[in-house]
Amino acid sequence: MQQNQQAHLRLFTRRAALLAGLKLTLLGTLTGRMYYLQVVNADKYATLAEENRISVRLLAPLRGRITDRFGYTLATNDQNYRVVIIPEQTDDLEQTLRMLSHVLPVSETDIARVLREAEKKRAFVPITVRENLGWVDVARVEINTPDLPGITIEVEQRRNYPYGGLAVHVLGYVAAVSEADLTGDPLLELPGFRIGKSGVERQYDENLRGSAGTSHVEVNAIGRVIRELQRDEGEPGQDVALTIDMGLQHYAQQRLAGELSATAVVLDVTNGEVMALTSTPAFDPTLFDRGLSNVEWQALVNDPLHPLTNKATTGQYAPGSTFKMMVALAALESGIGPDHSVYCPGYMSLGTSRFHCWKAGGHGTLDMLRGIQHSCDVYFYDISRRVGIDAIAAMSRRFGLGGTTGIDLPGEKPGLIPDRNWKLGATGEAWQPGESLVAGIGQGFILTTPLQLALMTARIANGGIGIVPRLRRETIFRPGDSAAPALPETASLGISPDHMFIVQEGMNLVSNDPRGTAYRSRIETPGMELAGKTGTAQVRRITAAERAIGVIANEDLPWERRDHALFVAFAPVVAPRYACSVIVQHGGGGSRFAAPIARDILIEAQLRDPARRVPAPRIAAVGPR
Amino acid sequence: MKPRTLASSNTPGRISLGEKLRDMSWLLILLVTAIACIGFAMLYSAANASVDPWMSRQLIRFCGGLVIMFIVALVDIRFWMRHAYAIYLVAFALLVYVEFAGEIGMGAQRWIDLRFFQLQPSELMKISMVLALARYFHSLDMDQVARPLPLIPPLAMILAPAGLVLVQPDLGTSGMLIMVGGAMFFAAGVRIWKFALAAAGTLAAIPVAWNFLRDYQRNRILTFLDPESDPLGSGYHILQSKIAFGSGGMFGKGFLMGTQSHLSFLPERQTDFIFTMLAEEFGMFGGLCLLGLYVLVFIYGYAIALRARNHFGRLLAIGITTNLFVYVFINAAMVMGLIPVVGIPMPLISYGGTAMITVLIGIGLLMSVHIHRDVRIGQRGYGED
Repeated sequence: MQQNQQAHLRLFTRRAALLAGLKLTLLGTLTGRMYYLQVVNADKYATLAEENRISVRLLAPLRGRITDRFGYTLATNDQNYRVVIIPEQTDDLEQTLRMLSHVLPVSETDIARVLREAEKKRAFVPITVRENLGWVDVARVEINTPDLPGITIEVEQRRNYPYGGLAVHVLGYVAAVSEADLTGDPLLELPGFRIGKSGVERQYDENLRGSAGTSHVEVNAIGRVIRELQRDEGEPGQDVALTIDMGLQHYAQQRLAGELSATAVVLDVTNGEVMALTSTPAFDPTLFDRGLSNVEWQALVNDPLHPLTNKATTGQYAPGSTFKMMVALAALESGIGPDHSVYCPGYMSLGTSRFHCWKAGGHGTLDMLRGIQHSCDVYFYDISRRVGIDAIAAMSRRFGLGGTTGIDLPGEKPGLIPDRNWKLGATGEAWQPGESLVAGIGQGFILTTPLQLALMTARIANGGIGIVPRLRRETIFRPGDSAAPALPETASLGISPDHMFIVQEGMNLVSNDPRGTAYRSRIETPGMELAGKTGTAQVRRITAAERAIGVIANEDLPWERRDHALFVAFAPVVAPRYACSVIVQHGGGGSRFAAPIARDILIEAQLRDPARRVPAPRIAAVGPR
Repeated sequence: MKPRTLASSNTPGRISLGEKLRDMSWLLILLVTAIACIGFAMLYSAANASVDPWMSRQLIRFCGGLVIMFIVALVDIRFWMRHAYAIYLVAFALLVYVEFAGEIGMGAQRWIDLRFFQLQPSELMKISMVLALARYFHSLDMDQVARPLPLIPPLAMILAPAGLVLVQPDLGTSGMLIMVGGAMFFAAGVRIWKFALAAAGTLAAIPVAWNFLRDYQRNRILTFLDPESDPLGSGYHILQSKIAFGSGGMFGKGFLMGTQSHLSFLPERQTDFIFTMLAEEFGMFGGLCLLGLYVLVFIYGYAIALRARNHFGRLLAIGITTNLFVYVFINAAMVMGLIPVVGIPMPLISYGGTAMITVLIGIGLLMSVHIHRDVRIGQRGYGED
């Protein structure tokens, strides 16, 4: 028994030693693991811990302002004051909201919405109760904060257009970043960040945008910010000054307001600065900043008058008789003299077809000046048949038609100037001589934008200098700046000054000769006279049958089948400064419907001429940023 | 064998209270208190430098636990032996009871709500099983241990509660019971080839067992094998724990300065992952200090086991020490990503009532073995004669 006990004890001792050995091995493993984690890989895990802890947040830069040429603010940012509640900071959310409703109006639906959102979000995420607060409401809430636990006022930058729809197609709009806009720039992924979607806002988006700042914050596992460790304010966006004269732009918009759909463009013929560019109807640009509902968006997109479209740069219209200057210049440069005479019996026959003049009885015998003055179709049938379409097309392109003008706006359309090669390529058919005749009066395949017509007129007015339209000025215009920068000589289109004079004089006769087609829309003030050219672009074909019984008057046609009314002009006649094109879509005859508008705009432009006027004092609209 | 000279002239087997107190393992109590104090400090840090809600309650539980520990230590070892089976049966009954009526927390352990604290019968079972196995092997002589048939009842004593705990489902505690039971089989002298056989059988059973595991248990094992595969899902805990460990470095970020724990990246920092927090704030140095204290406790336990003159005491001391060791090892290995995440606390450190009391009862039993080291016990728990 004793022996047995001794043996048993020895066995136990041996086994206990083995067990202890096993445990020591396991403890050694633990120590090894600790060494591996805390010494060998310490740096790696230290980095991971910092990455866990520190979150780099982007600070959206303040978007630059857009001003007109005199510094009036056309687009800026304003503060949207919102009252928000942080659910975890109040014991009774609903009670606090009811208290708040004694201070400022909070509707039952707002309360219900906040309570609903509070259930979904983490308790430290602020929930907007009301936004767009005025100063009085902000002050009331601030004063009462001791009684309103969890309630704070937050400020958010919002794009503001102080003049509402003024120059809206030039300015464009900003809106939330869409998936297609993402470039990998993390700034674009910032919630609530806005980028330019059209117009100048888009064209100069990178200048206006600025660069993002960063804030290094310490966060915990659920993303709550514990404290800010480091902050780097970004660069605010640059201001962009436009060539637009806000006053003239406003006048032009007012003048067009009566039309369903129309455009007006005013250029400085000396340097291509766009003084005014308008397209009606317009829209409210702030809608896009706050976000459109699907219904609102569909209504805008499906509106038959296309309010979102900038028709001045993207609308393409047959130029009608406003194209005749190009035909005349092509003829002059091809050696046809200004005294070339044509007899107009009211039509011209070519093969079996008969091409009519707008004046049924005919004009009789005309030379080139009178041809332009009366806008005689037969005269231009004759000379375009003589010079051919290719010469006309080449001349048109020198004046900026048939291709984008290079204006600093996105989405500009090129229009269309046809020639033989184009037709062969586009339709596979040869050019027909009759098509040259139709082209000679600005109909047929020809398409131009209102901006192109204004540019063409400006290049005529400045004696054939290839200015390019532009919207951005380097600096704001200040008194003492030279009124008209010297013309860049190198940009000459290379047209004989004598030929340029013939065309200018033809336009002068249109407006200032009692028998000119736009005599009724002349400017009588000495030194401010305009020279213009009417145009009436058909959008339908007049059949022989209709012609036989008498052409139906525009007034008797449905709106969308009426002619487009066009007018291009420059002023003053001596030392021209401004060129203008006006198109009233489906307006009717150019002399009756477009010319008066152009006249009024050119009067206003000259009255506002900075050479004569003292810039307006910089008033409230140009507040501090 | 020479009869031992007792300090008193009392009849062998009877020791006076004064002698018992004098014989109390004061150094062990000091060690245990030191470890518990580290725990209090970490709970204070876990609550972001606040006594509430964890440290204060843990302190109260520790004091209560110390009283229970003293009582357990003073009770005659033969009492524990006589009632070993009864205690085991009570614990087993509670385990069965919670299986049907208990409350479930954290998706695993089941408890009985006793109002002042939540009793987890699985914790109680760890001690009870050691008691019961010690008594069973005490009554076997060497020849019997060598035969297979007498091993069946103790095997059942391990596997029955382990199975019940497994279906709770608490993989960690179940594994602990098997490990501690296995260690006692080993200490009792069961042949080594039998362990090899059991190990082989277990390996063969793994594919079968896989089918019985719950989804989350499978996920934990899969996540353990490749924690980076799902950094925000199941792998999150272990990845964050490793980051906390690693970023602590050699000497840590300083008391109350752990970013992983204080910014809540570390989950369950007051319970299962408290060792991680210690390692983050005090580095490898702090971690090794704590492990060192435990090692001293283990050495103490082994010393008690080897000095005991009754087989019951020896087995009990080995069992209790091993139990404590398995706690420490599983918890530390788990938070360092060496084994899958299982809900085993760090003894005396982690916040939690039952585990704290169970560990202190264990220490009490250890001291009881020490105090009664010279008592001779017969096969049925009475004085040997």
